[in-house]
Amino acid sequence: MGREVSESCIDSLLTEMVSSYCNHFYANKPELAARRIEAIGYQVGHQLSERYTMERPRFSDHLEAIKFICKDFWSELFKKQIDNLKTNHRGTFVLQDNRFRWLARMSLDPTADDAVPQDPSDFAESKAAQAMSMYLYFPCGIIRGALSNLGIPCAVSADISNLPACSFVVRIKA
Amino acid sequence: MAPAGPRSGDAIFASVERVNAELFTLTYGAIVRQLLTDLEEVDEVNKQLDQMGYNIGIRLVDEFLAKSNVSRCVDFKETAEVIAKVGFKMFLGVGASVTNWDAEGTCCSIVLEDNPLVDFVELPDTCQGLYYCNVLSGVIRGALEMVSMKTEVTWLRDVLRGDDVFELQVKLIKQVPEEYPYKDDE
Repeated sequence: MGREVSESCIDSLLTEMVSSYCNHFYANKPELAARRIEAIGYQVGHQLSERYTMERPRFSDHLEAIKFICKDFWSELFKKQIDNLKTNHRGTFVLQDNRFRWLARMSLDPTADDAVPQDPSDFAESKAAQAMSMYLYFPCGIIRGALSNLGIPCAVSADISNLPACSFVVRIKA
Repeated sequence: MAPAGPRSGDAIFASVERVNAELFTLTYGAIVRQLLTDLEEVDEVNKQLDQMGYNIGIRLVDEFLAKSNVSRCVDFKETAEVIAKVGFKMFLGVGASVTNWDAEGTCCSIVLEDNPLVDFVELPDTCQGLYYCNVLSGVIRGALEMVSMKTEVTWLRDVLRGDDVFELQVKLIKQVPEEYPYKDDE
């Protein structure tokens, strides 16, 4: 078992990072704040996947690399695997975590349909929904960074239409 | 007699939800790196990290009080010991020690030998003025302010700057009397 810190450390750091970028640096430019938060995630994902693949042979195809993200990588980060993986076999993969840990403690009124954006890039009016979608740029960045370190350039977005489940949609660039 | 005694930092750390420290360490590193890119000035980054820590501290103190079961500290000396032995341990999983008290008992050093924030970290020459762990000083300042103590927290030693340990000086500026939300005659 590697070193651990209390979950509150990472939770408060992420909350503070999102709030600094959204409310302080780029209060009126959510797309810029989003880009920075994604970039921080990218950096983290890139470094973590470098560390977790050191002892492994090279992945032979995209599916193998995605499976590594769903199993080993996710387990290191969240102590559980991705619950469901779907693909259209044309470069799009949907990774669903039925109870995504970083959203588990966020509150959002589930009865207000319009408060939940389908994609972090759709900014809903609701502040809570906006904060949540901002928050999701971080794990999206982590996944993109991890895959990019494995030689797979892609775009990653999040879908939270079935909270507390969260689906990450990975579109591999041809 | 005090009610159920305070819990040790080890016992609390064992009972809280924990996560992979690498994720925390690398996330913090990536934030510092992004701030350096965005703010350009090292001094501005120091300020921002301190501010983020302060904001974290004012929230974290609630969790600390709820889980640690510590009773009111009799003096600043006891407060410092509790931060070092219980606070650091329950959040970061490492203990710290308190030394270098001044005669008045209002200024001391918290010494940290092991610090998960700096695993894998080396500062490039361009960042020599950076207080990489400034978030920690902010957390202490913020948390203490919530329990009515105004403090000044400064780094005296920093492993990233070539010292053998991390040493944070915590100086009590004033104890703010507690204000109750309602006055009797209102």
